[in-house]
Amino acid sequence: MSMVGEIKEKLGSKITGWNEHSSKRIYFWIKPQDIKEVAGILFNELKLRFSIATGQDTPKGIEMLYHFCYDKAGQVFSVCLLIEDKKNPRIDSIASLFKGAEWIEREIWELLGVDFVGHPNLTHLLLIDEWPQGKYPLRHSHES
Amino acid sequence: MSIKLKALTKSIWVFHAACSPCNNCDIEILDLLTPRYDIERLGIVLVGSVRHADALLVTGVPNYKTKERLKKIYDQAAKPCVVVAIGGCACGRIMFRDSYNSPCAVDEIVPVDVYIPGCPPKPEAMIAGIAKLIKKVRGEK
Amino acid sequence: MSHKIVLPIGPYHPLQEEPEFFRLYVEGEKVVDIDIVIGYMHRGIEELSEHKHFDQVAFLVERICGICSTSHPFAYVNAVEDLGRIQVPERALYIRTVIAEMERIHSHLLWLGLAGHFIGYNTVWMWAWKYREPILNMFEMISGNRNHYAMMKVGGVRRDIKEEDIPALKKVLDELSGAVDMFKGAVMDDPVIQARLKGVGILTRQQAVDWCVVGPTARASGINIDIRRDDPYGAYDKVDWNVITEKDGDVFAKTIVRILEMHESIRIIRQCLDKMPKGEIDADIKDVPPGDGIGRVEAPRGECFHYVRSDGTNRPVRHKIRAPSYANVASNKVAAVGGTISDAAITLAAVDPCYCCTERLAVLDRGTDKKIMNGWDLIKLSQEKTRRMQEARNAAIK
Repeated sequence: MSMVGEIKEKLGSKITGWNEHSSKRIYFWIKPQDIKEVAGILFNELKLRFSIATGQDTPKGIEMLYHFCYDKAGQVFSVCLLIEDKKNPRIDSIASLFKGAEWIEREIWELLGVDFVGHPNLTHLLLIDEWPQGKYPLRHSHES
Repeated sequence: MSIKLKALTKSIWVFHAACSPCNNCDIEILDLLTPRYDIERLGIVLVGSVRHADALLVTGVPNYKTKERLKKIYDQAAKPCVVVAIGGCACGRIMFRDSYNSPCAVDEIVPVDVYIPGCPPKPEAMIAGIAKLIKKVRGEK
Repeated sequence: MSHKIVLPIGPYHPLQEEPEFFRLYVEGEKVVDIDIVIGYMHRGIEELSEHKHFDQVAFLVERICGICSTSHPFAYVNAVEDLGRIQVPERALYIRTVIAEMERIHSHLLWLGLAGHFIGYNTVWMWAWKYREPILNMFEMISGNRNHYAMMKVGGVRRDIKEEDIPALKKVLDELSGAVDMFKGAVMDDPVIQARLKGVGILTRQQAVDWCVVGPTARASGINIDIRRDDPYGAYDKVDWNVITEKDGDVFAKTIVRILEMHESIRIIRQCLDKMPKGEIDADIKDVPPGDGIGRVEAPRGECFHYVRSDGTNRPVRHKIRAPSYANVASNKVAAVGGTISDAAITLAAVDPCYCCTERLAVLDRGTDKKIMNGWDLIKLSQEKTRRMQEARNAAIK
């Protein structure tokens, strides 16, 4: 079965939207509360490699994309979700699943203000510790 | 003109202080040590501690994490110590001046004596810049 | 401790309170923990991207890293071309490949030189960097600059490789081929280098998977991934070449992977120069439609990942950049811990981080948390270990 087929089978109804931009770039949507389970399935069961997560400030909320790579076929599967509460955006941390996620979530926290519930060490990574609270450089309402 | 400053023009010991560079200028500085340019024949030596340095080579754009470090390094250096800003970033921050993480330019933190622009400046440009500095220090035209 | 180590403590590092890039905690000679602090290079490039138009972003991202200077623009233009389903002219694909492979060669030579310096073989440093010069000359001939060549553009390349320059380029490749053979022989035949690098800084296959490492760091641990083959871009699927992997995951394996990759790069460039068709080098793109795009390239250090979102205007709405070292440097948490201080410098350098990052190094005693060494001292310690091994070997031969 192709990786597309395996993902659809394992995630089932957790997938709320699917967009195949090309044979190698697939984006699918899930609900924010399912991220830990979905990331676990993709990394531990399907053995995909986690590259990076992108957070972006959109009018509808904070959109998160988790980019997983299936190297045998050169495909990138991006798991998309929307955190609607922009005043207090929160989502489960996936740092317990793989070590690389710790830095990635710290970066998104300090640049976008997303709280990662369960993260072992949510402190500044790139910015100085004295960076003003509430000032998130990648939020579009931010004045630089 | 102090005796020490005149003396240092015979053999300049340089300390390399990087702010937040892309590393290109730093690699070109190291390139000066390699056989093609070989600045050691001109008496210029790269040292591991700023206390031994006569000149401070600064590269990169200061950001909040490196701004204090640069100030401290300059304060630690035995005076007189000339400061050379190498590369467009150190000279004027170029495209990073609007960045949220860049508070100021290098010459707002430490007094700069020589600006060597370029992205990165070629090793020949750096040697020319240092030669100009030596001439200026000796009072030659 | 079985013997006394004279720790080159002085000159005492003047900035004791400053957070370093790598903070190594030692008990006696053994490294027991490592703290990695980043953020020194952070210049807010992703945010700056949102204020530049698509053409300007290519210049901006070039300056993320000086050594992977063309990898970032290459990944970026791939992302925008993926977004807009833009067809790039074939000649441009070949030119991009030539530039990218030339960069790989000079980057690996740079690493080889630094690695040589770290273990005390300064001749290797001088020779490796000497052989970088012909490549930098070629870059200057093609693009006008030794570094930051500004060749990549959305839809093509900015400059052509002229027919009359190709013989000079091929001559440089011949010279480099001989040099790479020399390095291969020097590294593989020298018993002290082998003893110095084998079994040092091991990253097992499972650790490499857990830490999601990429590039030569992953390939040296037996993970067969290479974006050039897995998700082809440029002209990589039009020429013959091999992915180099090793099993042991130690610094020696990483060295071999990089040396042999240089040979493959020379092969790729030669084929590209022969097969390159005549024609346009630029699709002359005027608009970027709304959408999302992901571009990846195999930079010298590993997978370089760019994500771009456009809303149909002339600026990206979001630009996410993941440099390869982001994943690789973090893996030092397992590779360096458990080794000795004298091996620390070369272990940390083996993932090929930015040179400046290795400057900001501190060694602290676990019991007192007092800083006892800085980066220069650590390198000196590594060089002394090699000297001791050479002396021991010479004594054994006599």
